[in-house]
Amino acid sequence: MIIRSKPKSQPVSSEITKEADYVSRRRFIAGITAAGVGAAMIPAVRRDPESSAPLQDEPNSFDEITSYNNFYEFGLGKEDPAANAHSMVTSPWTVTVDGLCSNPGEYHLEDFMKPSALEDRVYRLRCVEAWSMVIPWQGFPLADVVRRAEPTGSARYVAFETLWDPAQMPERRWRPRNGWPYREGLRLDEAQHPLALLVTGLYGKTLPNQNGAPLRLAVPWKYGFKSIKSIVRMTFTEEMPATTWSATTPGEYGFFANVNPQVSHPRWSQARERRIGELRRRETLMFNGYADEVASLYDGLDLARWF
Amino acid sequence: MPRPTEQRIVLLLKVLIWMVGLGPVAWLIYGWFQGNLGVNPIEKVILVQGRWTLVFLLAAMAVTPIRRLTGWNRVVQLRRLVGLFAFFHASLHFLAYAGLDQFFEWPYIVEDVIERPYITAGFTAFVLLLPLAVTSTRGWIRRLGKRWQRLHRLAYVAAALGVLHFFWKVKADTFWPLVSALLLAGLFGIRVWHRVRQARQPRRGTSPPVAA
Repeated sequence: MIIRSKPKSQPVSSEITKEADYVSRRRFIAGITAAGVGAAMIPAVRRDPESSAPLQDEPNSFDEITSYNNFYEFGLGKEDPAANAHSMVTSPWTVTVDGLCSNPGEYHLEDFMKPSALEDRVYRLRCVEAWSMVIPWQGFPLADVVRRAEPTGSARYVAFETLWDPAQMPERRWRPRNGWPYREGLRLDEAQHPLALLVTGLYGKTLPNQNGAPLRLAVPWKYGFKSIKSIVRMTFTEEMPATTWSATTPGEYGFFANVNPQVSHPRWSQARERRIGELRRRETLMFNGYADEVASLYDGLDLARWF
Repeated sequence: MPRPTEQRIVLLLKVLIWMVGLGPVAWLIYGWFQGNLGVNPIEKVILVQGRWTLVFLLAAMAVTPIRRLTGWNRVVQLRRLVGLFAFFHASLHFLAYAGLDQFFEWPYIVEDVIERPYITAGFTAFVLLLPLAVTSTRGWIRRLGKRWQRLHRLAYVAAALGVLHFFWKVKADTFWPLVSALLLAGLFGIRVWHRVRQARQPRRGTSPPVAA
């Protein structure tokens, strides 16, 4: 039986604004800039009283979501993945499930997806670089996959791996400390949380390569780098798995990487973010606004230490 | 006597510097209103201005080494213009950060300058360039005399801080910060090498020969 429940903080799919409504957004921004900069000459108060108003979560346009990406296998610039990711072959695609589980296997993507119904989920995505977007994904709960794999009693984490094929991936300038492929991981209870989504579509279309086709993760209460792209392997483990960013720069990126405005990145503040398409920064919310759903996962955990 | 062709070359180079100096700004303004600076135009403006600040700083620093290596002394006539364009881009870089990125919310800006090392470094570099820009006029050069040169060695400190700022800013892509660091080190190296050579060779005609 498939229960399709929606968390409170998630807009219903009928709220997704039609793409056409975004076309004029850029021109709108250009227009208000002159006025905005003029007004800004007056020093503003530090805490904007308006920020306590209800969330304005208008989805970003397809164009915004697909032209500004971090996918280092295809280049380190924001526009590189859109330019280069077409070289990735996403069909056929095999996903391997292994490690501490009773039901491991290698699946064709179609078979991997088939048992689950696809859902629309509009999620905020907050990048560790202090920008954010609102993205209408299509996908299915990661919890479905975890359940089917039947993790054994000793499994406490799930490790994920991105495809690594230098022939399809042109990046030559960056070497993560633990090497490629890109690795991520979740605690098992995080992976079973209803918000954790395996994504196969965007705006009702097939997921574009630069966004992590054909299968990626969306864990909206964590910084974007946790939402690993182009997944080829899931491994159940007992030990906390090594993840690419926390291994490469352990002082800057932790395993948990929960969105937390109170814990600064060592080099910049995480208190505010720029929503792509907006001019002024907005306040970053605890757990990216999903605190009601996920805060209880971290009861008793020192979030400043386990950043 | 300066030959007219050399004067023309200097003039031509100055026109070129003006074009290279103003070009990126024109491109950014045009791009901003056309909406073709990508989906995060504020970030793009700041990045492009920062890049051109470093280009002009390194170019200003390259003037003396170029003069020594080529023997073409008139290249010195270009240095003030190049240096002022470095300051111009640094000012716009800072303004874009303070105005567009932070919306002149000074408490956040002050916090950044104090608490974020990469912004501390970049801001210090910008502050160091201020007196250099002010004293770039003929009058100040005359008034400061020998001290002018010493003061303007601050450009090296500013450039070094600028490169550090760039290094500390990037997340993974250290390629261009490394390139600019190597260029700066190379330019500094040429200066040191020149000094050492000069110290070894007693200068002729400056002091009376000592009779044996």
